[in-house]
Amino acid sequence: MKPRALDEKEISQRLDDYLDVEFSFLKTEHHARTLAGLATAEQAYLLHWVKCIASTNIQLAWQFIEQAVPLLDNMDRRIIEDWALHAMDIYDQSGLHAALAVIRNVHQFIETSHAHRIGASFSDHAGILLHFVHGLSGRKLELKQADECFTDTQTLFLPPLIAQLETPKDNFIFYKSLVVMLWAQVRFSSFPLALKQALEEHPQAERLLTLYQALEHLRLQACIARELPGLYRGMQAIQKQLEDEQGDHRWRELAQQLADKNKCAQDSLQLALDNLDSLPPPPASCFRILLKPEQVYSVMAQRMEKEKTLLRLALAKLENELNQNKSTPDKLEVRYKPASETDKHIPIEIRLDNQPVAPPDEIKALASSVVLDFGEIPDEHLVPAGPGDYDPAMFNEKEKDPDEVWKGTYHEEGASLYNEWDYRRQHYRKNWCAVREKTIEPVYDDFVDLTLKKYSGLIKHLRKTFEAMRDEDRLLKRQSDGDGIDIDALVEALADARDGSELSERLFTRMHRVERNIAVIFMVDMSGSTKGWINDAERESLILLCEALESLGDRYAIYGFSGMARKRCEIYRIKEFSENYNDEIKARISGIEAKDYTRMGFAIRHLTKILNEVDARTRILITLSDGKPDDYDNYRGDYGIEDTRRALIEARREGIHPYCITIDEQARDYLPHMYGPAAFTVIDQVDRLPLKVSDIYRRLTV
Amino acid sequence: MPQLITQHFKTMITKTQTSEEYFIESEPFYQPVADEIEIFQAAWNQNLPVLLKGPTGCGKTRFMEYMAWRLKRPLITVSCHDDLTASDLVGRYLISGGETVWVDGPLARAVRIGAICYLDEIVEARKDTMVVIHPLADNRRVLPIEKRGEQLSASADFCLAVSYNPGYQSVLKDLKQSTRQRFVALEFDYPDAPLEAGIIATETGIDAALAEQLVKFAHMTRNLKGSGLEEGASTRLLVHAARLMHDGIAPISACHSAIAQALTDDHDMLTAIDELSSSLF
Repeated sequence: MKPRALDEKEISQRLDDYLDVEFSFLKTEHHARTLAGLATAEQAYLLHWVKCIASTNIQLAWQFIEQAVPLLDNMDRRIIEDWALHAMDIYDQSGLHAALAVIRNVHQFIETSHAHRIGASFSDHAGILLHFVHGLSGRKLELKQADECFTDTQTLFLPPLIAQLETPKDNFIFYKSLVVMLWAQVRFSSFPLALKQALEEHPQAERLLTLYQALEHLRLQACIARELPGLYRGMQAIQKQLEDEQGDHRWRELAQQLADKNKCAQDSLQLALDNLDSLPPPPASCFRILLKPEQVYSVMAQRMEKEKTLLRLALAKLENELNQNKSTPDKLEVRYKPASETDKHIPIEIRLDNQPVAPPDEIKALASSVVLDFGEIPDEHLVPAGPGDYDPAMFNEKEKDPDEVWKGTYHEEGASLYNEWDYRRQHYRKNWCAVREKTIEPVYDDFVDLTLKKYSGLIKHLRKTFEAMRDEDRLLKRQSDGDGIDIDALVEALADARDGSELSERLFTRMHRVERNIAVIFMVDMSGSTKGWINDAERESLILLCEALESLGDRYAIYGFSGMARKRCEIYRIKEFSENYNDEIKARISGIEAKDYTRMGFAIRHLTKILNEVDARTRILITLSDGKPDDYDNYRGDYGIEDTRRALIEARREGIHPYCITIDEQARDYLPHMYGPAAFTVIDQVDRLPLKVSDIYRRLTV
Repeated sequence: MPQLITQHFKTMITKTQTSEEYFIESEPFYQPVADEIEIFQAAWNQNLPVLLKGPTGCGKTRFMEYMAWRLKRPLITVSCHDDLTASDLVGRYLISGGETVWVDGPLARAVRIGAICYLDEIVEARKDTMVVIHPLADNRRVLPIEKRGEQLSASADFCLAVSYNPGYQSVLKDLKQSTRQRFVALEFDYPDAPLEAGIIATETGIDAALAEQLVKFAHMTRNLKGSGLEEGASTRLLVHAARLMHDGIAPISACHSAIAQALTDDHDMLTAIDELSSSLF
């Protein structure tokens, strides 16, 4: 039967339900009347989205109806959906006020979404452009999104979106050209120290800067034309589209002057000083980029000091290494090698005892960077640091203590952000969970010893079974197929053949190789509900597992998870892949304690990431848990289950095998949905957990 | 005895080559970078084994061919892989017509005929193979053949050379001290820009300006080493790209197929490398 259109009353009922009218006191009559006039498909479409949006915010959904109805006739459904999802994202990030603005300003959204379709955005291209810039040589620059386009010689600040041109390809070339112009400022040293001085002293500093900017622009364009002719052609094509004819003839002459290969920033500065009052205003250019001397010089001052230190420390380190096995240590002789003397772009030459020493990469990079700032390497940079000259920790950036989060203001700073699946929206909430890794305080008590004693028989048994699973390379003889010939078998076979008996076919040797290449992470539920005997059972299981796994040789890591609400998702490091099982690890297992809630999605996503970085043929993620996903901020019921399920699907897509061991008796209701019918075990008695976990692992990986 | 096996033996036995087949007849093109030719020559004169260090595709194998030609010695090259066993190098018994026949492996053959034996990418070989070369690589200069109870002594003409790429920063793929301290080491790196451009132009016949551009592009990819790429473009890859160009392929496509795709599978990185080449050409 074809679904029929709903009448006003039915619609009103649904809207009342979605919008929670009983409490929100919103008026739905008007909307119901409008919707009743629509065709069946359109009604269904709108009601579906109202329901989705209402799961995020009711006000937002109510406004949506008003704005969406007139759009239905002449707008692509996909754009409407993008708009609704965008509004919900904005709600997640900046709250109701900003989201309502998106809903009300639908036309603006359409314009920007058009710009996004044809334009080149920072978020889409930053990954590629970063590699691109690193490839171009020079300092390892960083990219950041900003409102203005400029560089401080450490970071290139780039606009969020370029959409001046008509096709995505042209816009990307435009974006790339901006990146190259900024890179050129650094690479061809647009910020000599003389400029700083001139700007400080000159009465018409502002005009000087404008002029210098324009002249440098000409010089850098010429540099790009020389260095990157392919890109330069693209830039010219864009200029043709966006700019009028060339400006004043004097500027053309200047451009020709500055195109010379030997011109440098000093020449631009001199020209600017000489012609300060006589030059007409510079012609407009779409690629001209602001110079921000204040930012540049403050960054530069810091960097100069830092790199001097690092270079001297690196030289000292090299000297030590080279002198390690010598009775009479020699001094390093280091000198600056100007670019004209070398083609390899290594501006530094090191000799020890008159023998040239190849500078390590670190020194090469530092030396090139110093040359960019100073134009050379000053002599005082080239003296290896003496003992106690510097504290190397001085320039290492300190990691923030994850426990400080709630004291200070940086709720998300330094945390890894993960998306979370909202099943009502059928879409991800972007960067929803702020995840931090913390280390468990080791507790040195008698827990481990007691456990080992309690299960000593079992441990022996486990070790034996696990050892039996261990494999070694060995030569298999008498195979029916293989890459070598089993001489013994062959001699026998030949004798048999003379004898008239049947000839054996099994005459080959084959190398049997260890195929076992497994990495496993155990993800341990540390939620409040595990407090007491479940926690004990978990810890005992981990101890037994570690003992067993040590004899097997599989790589394994153990992490705990817990948290409270989305901004405080915590992963506890118990044992990382790189750590050995030792007393500290034992003490950490002993120190596992029940914390807060069970938000599972973020933990699975984070551990998936860790597991993905391990090079192993088989990767397994085993969860030890005591119940359903559950957290403080609505992360319960279907929401939690669906997000966890989604996280597991993502993990599987990455080639990870998830498995769950739980002691929740009701788990059979929801685990098959989350983990799939065969990827979980429910253990009825908690005290059986330690016995079971190792056994399950063995069966899983045979 | 199954027909297949007899056949297999026969081909293996008849394949025992004469030393003439290993001689390099015409001079291979090799452009010296420093004093490597003199050092190798001296090491050969003094019966010292040689270790060639350097990134992939920078000319190590070509250097060996050149030296073999120059010293007028046969060159036996073995590309090592993780299935290469000691008996693959030394030799093994095979059966022919009901008799066992000993067949020398490449190393034993090189020792017998006084050839240069070049073990390419030695770290890739299984650990037990290293032990076999140890007595050859010190002043004993012998190759024990356990299965025959025989001890082969190397003549003055024999030379052992191995190559190794220190770029693989893996503990598993590192040379043991006991191995590396037996060799005279020659370090190879990509040549200086003008030299490299010259090599490419001579090797492939493309014009000098294009070769220069290509080398510039290679430097860009080498800048990316460590920040997304394991290795930058080697001289060998540049030669490949230049060959394609010489055959009429546009520089950007040639770089894409011969260099970018060979360096990485990562989509962002591929795009970035293509952007670099399209900016350059």
